[in-house]
Amino acid sequence: MKETGEYQPVFEGAVRKQLDEVLKKYPTKQAALLPALWMVQQNKGWIPDEAMSETAEVLDVTSAYVKGVVTFYTMYHQHPVGENFVQVCTTSPCNLCGAEDVVSALLEATGCAALGETSPDGKFTVIEVECLGACGFATPILVNDDFIEDVTPKKVPEIVGKYRDGKA
Amino acid sequence: MGYPHEPHSKETVVLSRYFGDKSARSYDGWVERGGYKALKKTLDMDPAAVIDVVKESGLRGRGGAGFPTGVKWSFMPKEKNKPHYLCCNADESEPGTFKDREIMRWTPHAMIEGCAIAQHAIQAEVTYIYIRGEFTEELAIVEQALREAYSDGVLGDDAMGSGKKLDMYIHRGAGAYICGEETALMNSIEGKRGNPRIKPPFPAAFGVFGMPTTINNVETLAVVPHIINEGAEWHNSMCLSNPKSVGTKLFSVCGHVVKPGNYEVTMGFSLGELINDLAGGMREGRTLKACIPGGSSVPILNKEETENCILDYEGCIEQGTMLGSGGVIVFDDSADMVYQIMLLARFYAHESCAQCTQCREGTAWTTRILERILAGKGKTEDLDLLLDLADQMTGKTICVLSDSCAAPVVSGIKKFRDEFEAYINGSREPVLVHG
Repeated sequence: MKETGEYQPVFEGAVRKQLDEVLKKYPTKQAALLPALWMVQQNKGWIPDEAMSETAEVLDVTSAYVKGVVTFYTMYHQHPVGENFVQVCTTSPCNLCGAEDVVSALLEATGCAALGETSPDGKFTVIEVECLGACGFATPILVNDDFIEDVTPKKVPEIVGKYRDGKA
Repeated sequence: MGYPHEPHSKETVVLSRYFGDKSARSYDGWVERGGYKALKKTLDMDPAAVIDVVKESGLRGRGGAGFPTGVKWSFMPKEKNKPHYLCCNADESEPGTFKDREIMRWTPHAMIEGCAIAQHAIQAEVTYIYIRGEFTEELAIVEQALREAYSDGVLGDDAMGSGKKLDMYIHRGAGAYICGEETALMNSIEGKRGNPRIKPPFPAAFGVFGMPTTINNVETLAVVPHIINEGAEWHNSMCLSNPKSVGTKLFSVCGHVVKPGNYEVTMGFSLGELINDLAGGMREGRTLKACIPGGSSVPILNKEETENCILDYEGCIEQGTMLGSGGVIVFDDSADMVYQIMLLARFYAHESCAQCTQCREGTAWTTRILERILAGKGKTEDLDLLLDLADQMTGKTICVLSDSCAAPVVSGIKKFRDEFEAYINGSREPVLVHG
C-alpha cells in the first residue's frame, strides 16, 4: 500500500545516523533490514511501499526482497493502523483463562466492529495474536509498546479509556 | 522462587532467586549479588577448560531439545581462522512457556554474564541476543543492562581488563514463532525471512553469516555463571531421578491452576506435585483432566500420566511426552479438549513458514478439519484422516514445526477420543458456527 501525499524519506538526519550505528553491528548490510524496518514503523506507524523501496536502496537489496521480509513478519504493518494498536493473546493457555471474553470487551470498549478493523474515531485497532509468552499472566495484551498482564474483561474499559485520552 | 508468588519450600532456587527484586536488575545490584565473578574467573581460563567444566556439569539445553551444552560448544572449531558467533535465543514463544522473560526482566546480567562466558569458551567475538519483538519490556531492560555492561568495562574491546574483545548486540524479532528454531533465527539475524535451513551443515560449521555459530537458550546460558562459581560437581549432583538429567529447571505453569507462575525445581521432580502443591492445584470443585508438560509442541498427558510423570528428559519420555521447554499447560475437567487442540493447530498453521508442503498444507488442513468437527459437521472418518495427516506431517520436513502440530492432535485423539466423537455424533452442541 502507498502512502497518501508526498512521501517523506525516513533515513535522513538523525534516523540515518541511527541506522549507521546499527550497521556497525553486522558484517553485512542486509542484516540491518529488520532493525531498519522497525525504524520505518516507528517513524511512520506502518511500512508503506515507498519505504520498502527506500530501505531497499539504503541496504543494497531489491524492493521485492524487502517486501518478502515485511510480509513474513507479522509485527510489520503493511497498512495504516489505529493510533493505538492492541494485540491480545488468544492461544490455548490464555483461552483457558478467558481470553475470548477479553477480546469481546476490547472490541466493545474501543468501538472496533471486528478484529483487524480500526475504530471509527481512528483511535484503536484490535487484533488477536498467537502466544505473547506470558501465559502465567493471562490474559496479556500489548497496547503499542506497553505490555499489560492479567487483563480481565472488567479491567478493559479503564485501560482503553486511558489510551483514548492519551493518558497512558 | 514461584514468581509471581512467594517461594515454596520444595523449590531449589538458583536462577529465580532474584525474580521480583528490581534491585538485582542493575549492574551494581548484580555485582553486589556476586555477579561477574564467574566471568572474571573464566577469562583467565583456557577456552577448552571452560568447555570441560560445562561438559562435566551435565548441563543440557533448556530451550527444548536437551542437548548437552558442553558437547555443543565443543563442536566449534578449535583452530580459529574466521569469526565465531554466539546466538542467545530469547525468542521465547512456545505456548505455555514464559521463563526466559522472567530471567531477562529480573536478572538481565545473569544472561549477559552467561553469554560472555560462552563467548569466551567458543572463541566468539560477538553475541547476538535474539529477543522476540513482542517482549518490549524485556527489550528495554536488556538494552539498559548492555549499556551498563559496556560502560562498566564488562564488554567491549578489553572485557574486564582481560585484553579480550567481547561484543554483544540485541537483534529484535518481529513476530514469527519459527524464529525460535535455531537456523530460522540465524536467517532472521541475516535480514532474511525466518525460514529454517536444512541440516547439515550444522551451525557449528556454517552458522550465522556462514561462520561457526553456537545457539543457546537464555535459561541455559543464565545457569552457566553458577556452574563456574560453584563447580561442575555442584550442578551434576542436583538430581532427584535419572543421573542424565541434572541441575534445576524453571517450569512455567499456566492454564487451570490456582497459582500460575514460574517454579524452579531440581530435575526429577514430580509433575503431579508441581501442579497440585506448588502451583496450588485446581480451582475449587474442579479436577485435573490433562496436561502438556513441555510447551505446546509435546504430546498431551491424561490425568494418570500427569500424576506419574517425573520431570526430567527421561521421565517425560517414559510417559510418552517430552520435557521440552518446561511450559506446563494444565487443563481441568471444564476444558474442551477438541477446542483446545484446534487452537493449538491454528497456532501452528499461523506460524508455519510455508516452505514445506507437509507443514504448510498439513497444519492448515488439520485446523480446518478440527473446526469442522467443532461446528458439528465432522464425520467419523475425520479422526482417521487427522491421524493419517499427522503421520504425513511427522519427520518429513526441514524443521519440527509440522511434527509439533501433529503431537497434540495424535495424543489428543488417542486420549480424549470420546470428546471428538461427541461432536461428530451430535451428542455435544457445536461451538463454532463455521467449519
